Amino acid sequence: MALLDYCNLNEKINLKPVDALASFQNDIVGYSENFLNSTQLATPPFANPIETLAQFNQHDETGKSIKIQFDHGTTTLGFRYQGGVLLAVDSRATGGQFIGSQSMKKIVEINDYLLGTLAGGAADCVYWDRVLAKQCRLYELRNRERISVAAASKLMANMVYNYKGMGLSMGMMLAGVDKRGAQLYYVDSEGTRTPGKVFSVGSGSVYAFGVLDSGYSWDLSDKDAQELGRRAIYHATHRDAYSGGIVRVYHISETGWVNISNEDCSDLHYKYAAEKGNADA
Amino acid sequence: MSILAYNGGAVVAMKGKDCVAIATDKRYGIQAQTVSTNFPKVYQMGPTLYVGLPGLATDTQTVFQRLKFRMNLYELKENRMMRPKTFSAMLSNLLYERRFGPYFIEPVIAGLDPYDNQPYVCNMDLIGCPNEPEDFVVSGTCSEQLYGMCEALWEPNLSPDELFETISQALVNAADRDAISGWGAVVYIVEKDKITEKHVKTRMD
Repeated sequence: MALLDYCNLNEKINLKPVDALASFQNDIVGYSENFLNSTQLATPPFANPIETLAQFNQHDETGKSIKIQFDHGTTTLGFRYQGGVLLAVDSRATGGQFIGSQSMKKIVEINDYLLGTLAGGAADCVYWDRVLAKQCRLYELRNRERISVAAASKLMANMVYNYKGMGLSMGMMLAGVDKRGAQLYYVDSEGTRTPGKVFSVGSGSVYAFGVLDSGYSWDLSDKDAQELGRRAIYHATHRDAYSGGIVRVYHISETGWVNISNEDCSDLHYKYAAEKGNADA
Repeated sequence: MSILAYNGGAVVAMKGKDCVAIATDKRYGIQAQTVSTNFPKVYQMGPTLYVGLPGLATDTQTVFQRLKFRMNLYELKENRMMRPKTFSAMLSNLLYERRFGPYFIEPVIAGLDPYDNQPYVCNMDLIGCPNEPEDFVVSGTCSEQLYGMCEALWEPNLSPDELFETISQALVNAADRDAISGWGAVVYIVEKDKITEKHVKTRMD
């Protein structure tokens, strides 16, 4: 060993037994990575996870293609108008064509002035929204003021950007009020982060946009805005097989968010049909 | 995704006491997009004979037309009505003709025998392997859910009214757990001298 020390080889070649390497500290870190730091997910045990992971997720060991199907279908929408921000979402969770739940909460209440919507992989959205809620609370405690929507959305975008290309799937809207007034951001797992007036996300978004764009104006009254959001989601649930369940409407103004309504799509359908004088449809 | 689940849809049939029932949903979609909500997949083939053809919608229509053609030919030649069992054999034969390039439908047959009024239900796979159980048959994109509902709700010797309630509940609740079935339903109750067609209101999402 003296020769090794003399040659300074220890720094370059590790000749210690494996046991000596596995210190107690390493164990703690190794077995509880995202318990201690929630943004630190376990990395797969091979080099270049971004390219290599894709190969593993597409084919099994016999070369047959694998399909992991998790919640993808959703309709969510949000828009800014003179009275603040309005969010409306459906509540269906599907795995393939199977309906796993009709009562999912796709709006996450991050704090009293900030809401997030979920679309894409259910677990991805729920997990990262929870991490974001924690970060926002920490920001509040450190800085003695609420986090701005811009800052919150950037925290989110940066967190998920670290995992870009590894299969995260989420498209979310962040809505809230801060010093600058009502704000609405779109953030997704590809790293997009953009502020805007009108957004709709998910498999039913095309149908929701159809209703939303034809009825939207900045000067909408609170009542009309709520009804527009509700109708847009309802029409999307009617056309899109992967959206449905309950239409949840939230409104955010200077005083924080309020849950306006949670109405069953089925009730809405027969209510709208009756209004059109079409009791049978 | 399977081509059998391209358009979505479900059919179920049940035996009762001196009656049979067959029910279908009304959705016609292209994958996730619901195109029409007035597309029943059940056709009347005789006074007390019905066939349901869930699966690929284009084949639903083609197979129905070919069936009607062969059936007319048979009844013209024989000058008598076709029995449900004979109809099944004919359909099975029609499907097996395309053994190596099948029609993508999984048929359900339900009817009363025109000669002895025995209830009859039958289903098949897409190349015509028949299955004739004593209770109920299911087919379509929510067949697993339908099996669950039928196993739980069905019992022997149901009256026509009870049979209607049972088959409706089975279909509606199974379709509510399937993203691409539902959007309205039609139920046919077949008795000796009476056919009842009922349109059932369902969730429309």
